Amino acid sequence: MFKRNGMEKGIESLLFISAVAAVLALFLLCIFLFRDGILLFRDYPLSSFLTEKSWYPTSINPRFGLLPLLLGSVIVTVGAIVFAVPLGIAAAIYISELASPRVADILKPFTEILAGIPSVVFGFFGLVVLVPYIQDAFDLRTGQIALTGSIILGIMALPTIISISEDAISSVPRSIKEGSLALGSTKWQTIHKVTVPAALSGISAAVMLGIGRAIGETMTVMMVTGNTAIIPGFPSGLFEPVRTMTATIALEMGEVPQGSDHFHALFAIGSVLFITTFIINIVAGHIKTRYKFKL
Amino acid sequence: MFQNAKINEKIAFSLLRMAMGLVVLFVLVILYYIISNGYSVISLEFLTSMPAKRMTAGGIYPALVGTIYLIIGSMAFALPMGILAAVYLNEYAKPGKVTWLIEMAISNLAGTPSVVFGLFGLAMFVKYLGFGPSVLAASLTLALLILPVIIRASQEALITVPREYREASLALGVTKWQTIRRVVLPAAIPGMVTGAILSVGRVAGETAPILLTGAAYFLPRLPESAFSQFMALPYHLFVLATAGTNIAQTRPIQYGTALVLLIIVLGVNLFAIAIRNHYRKKMHR
Amino acid sequence: MSDEFTNGTEIEVRGLNLWYGTNHALHDISIDIPKNSVTAFIGPSGCGKSTFLRCLNRMNDLIPGCRIEGKVNISSQDIYNKDVDVVDLRKKVGMVFQKPNPFPMSIHDNVAYGPRIHGAAKKEIGGIVEYALRSGALWDEVSGRLSTSALDLSGGQQQRLCIARTLAVKPEVILFDEPCSSLDPISTSKIEDLILELKKQYTIVIVTHNMQQAARISDHTAFFLLGDLIEFGRTEQIFESPQKKETEDYITGRFG
Repeated sequence: MFKRNGMEKGIESLLFISAVAAVLALFLLCIFLFRDGILLFRDYPLSSFLTEKSWYPTSINPRFGLLPLLLGSVIVTVGAIVFAVPLGIAAAIYISELASPRVADILKPFTEILAGIPSVVFGFFGLVVLVPYIQDAFDLRTGQIALTGSIILGIMALPTIISISEDAISSVPRSIKEGSLALGSTKWQTIHKVTVPAALSGISAAVMLGIGRAIGETMTVMMVTGNTAIIPGFPSGLFEPVRTMTATIALEMGEVPQGSDHFHALFAIGSVLFITTFIINIVAGHIKTRYKFKL
Repeated sequence: MFQNAKINEKIAFSLLRMAMGLVVLFVLVILYYIISNGYSVISLEFLTSMPAKRMTAGGIYPALVGTIYLIIGSMAFALPMGILAAVYLNEYAKPGKVTWLIEMAISNLAGTPSVVFGLFGLAMFVKYLGFGPSVLAASLTLALLILPVIIRASQEALITVPREYREASLALGVTKWQTIRRVVLPAAIPGMVTGAILSVGRVAGETAPILLTGAAYFLPRLPESAFSQFMALPYHLFVLATAGTNIAQTRPIQYGTALVLLIIVLGVNLFAIAIRNHYRKKMHR
Repeated sequence: MSDEFTNGTEIEVRGLNLWYGTNHALHDISIDIPKNSVTAFIGPSGCGKSTFLRCLNRMNDLIPGCRIEGKVNISSQDIYNKDVDVVDLRKKVGMVFQKPNPFPMSIHDNVAYGPRIHGAAKKEIGGIVEYALRSGALWDEVSGRLSTSALDLSGGQQQRLCIARTLAVKPEVILFDEPCSSLDPISTSKIEDLILELKKQYTIVIVTHNMQQAARISDHTAFFLLGDLIEFGRTEQIFESPQKKETEDYITGRFG
């Protein structure tokens, strides 16, 4: 009996260690990211990092201004969300409320395919198809602009928004919908006055995670947004080349000497990126669990 | 008034249909471009020969092999780890601070941008642990990236195992671990396999993390060991499309590479979906 | 009272209280369940009869926030004593659940599951499986297809398979938690016949919301109401001359 209990305890400990490894991974990630990021501020003041308006990492007097990159990420993400959110929620409503189960079964794999396409393939598609198209359509010098990135990123964020919204909408109890229908409401009135409001917390979480997905995307934006580190105007900036935080890291890391200020500056950008998505995740998780529909 | 409601409904439903149609259209257009331009490039030779003439001709063999190495390497770490963690969370963990912390860590790892994983892999595996830019460093980085995917999929698979199975086994005087090993895990395996396969697709397609941890622009040979640099399909595509020696001339190779990548990722996804549906039917019988 | 328990006491419960969190679900239960007989627990739903049954093989240990005080002796051993291994206890005290719950395995493997894990030799397994299936009154129906999936059996057959699976572990006590509630009348009567057969070798406790069933198969009956054991005695006495008003109300169908 003691042998058996010992074995059971041993296995439980092993499993526990595996689970705690996730915490350890996150912890190490923070340590290594922040450690190299903070080293920047030995030589370069934090205040300049936060307020400096230009990113000239390789000039003799290098300037590591976060703002153009942060705003580049913001404008591309906002552009993506503006069209992906309504589209994604509408598609989610269609799948869960209008489509017959058979049609829904056919449609769902489409979102799964969309989720599965690698970002570099999206980027490639954007580069060879959308960039020339945008250039012609708006008669621009280049099609590599924030808007192009927004469109592709929006498409990439769709699966996240659709699948999580759809979960939220489907989990609204049937009795609530029937209650509304029984009062003589049309199906659409029921959807937008009862079902969607009831699923709103789940949908908000979906939007948050969609934003997280878009802001953290690297390859796509790097391939289609032109990568010019200037502070974008709004909304005119949508039609100009921009550079995001993610693209900066991926583009420049290959060429920087390890341990240089530039190297640390890229880690500092990574830290900002991590903190941003961390907050987004926490808020999304909070919304989801706090307001989860009780069945 | 009622007439109005009817008309509103018609309009709204048409818009919803259009939205769904647009989503489907995006998928079809993207697939169409890649497939129609890529399929004529793909041949056995394309898959099995080295790039030639400064990557303007020849095949993608080293990139393909590199991607397969990354898949094997990252799965070898993430799969056992993820399944064990999921078993702990589902079968043993009691609600409390520790469990909350673990769940929180998993959700946040899942939402962390892949380029940040790349930075972490660079700082920890490449530099601190001294693996250098290598298959090993990149595999470990990718393993962390897919760990949450595997944990979540395994947890979902475990949740679908009816509580009755566990009770029946425990009531026979079987220990908890034996119950898990003999009854719960066998029933959950299909779901776990699905999750694992989906993350294979993820590993095959990720670019940013390997860019920082060991992917090479060009290598005239296959990686010799876990500590060698490597080529990989997604990075190869990126290089050819943005920084190759002759971007316009290599466009067919780019389409071919994109299609191979797409076939791997989507093939793997379809396979996973097929397994899931197969077992779902079996369960519902 | 001792003359009523001609076979001696198998399960002795003294002052058992149970809480789910702050909800006091069982109040000070004391009862002596005799050996080699059938004891039925009856009462309206939510009365605590199933909860009490699950105290007897400590299945309630699995429920978070469940707290138990009091004493339960089975074969004169205190099962809540720290030194008792709950795994050994459950080997001795088998349980059959409300809904048939065969594992998604073959018929043979379902029955062999327990003995295999408990270390029976390979060559013994065949004999144990046959013995258990015969005792479970299922052998004649399934002997030709032992390797087919247990999930293909009918509900009644599945439940008898679950009984056989329990018997294969060679318990001393078998707890039945409303074993017929999801079965048709023919399957139910087969299970009832089986229970009457099994009591020759095993001590049987059965929870049922079907009073006729309790009357048909049990030797003793306990009536529970809102977490209290109201009355316990020989089945004929409970049904024919209940001592408590609540029991009489329930038996005569005035509530529940």
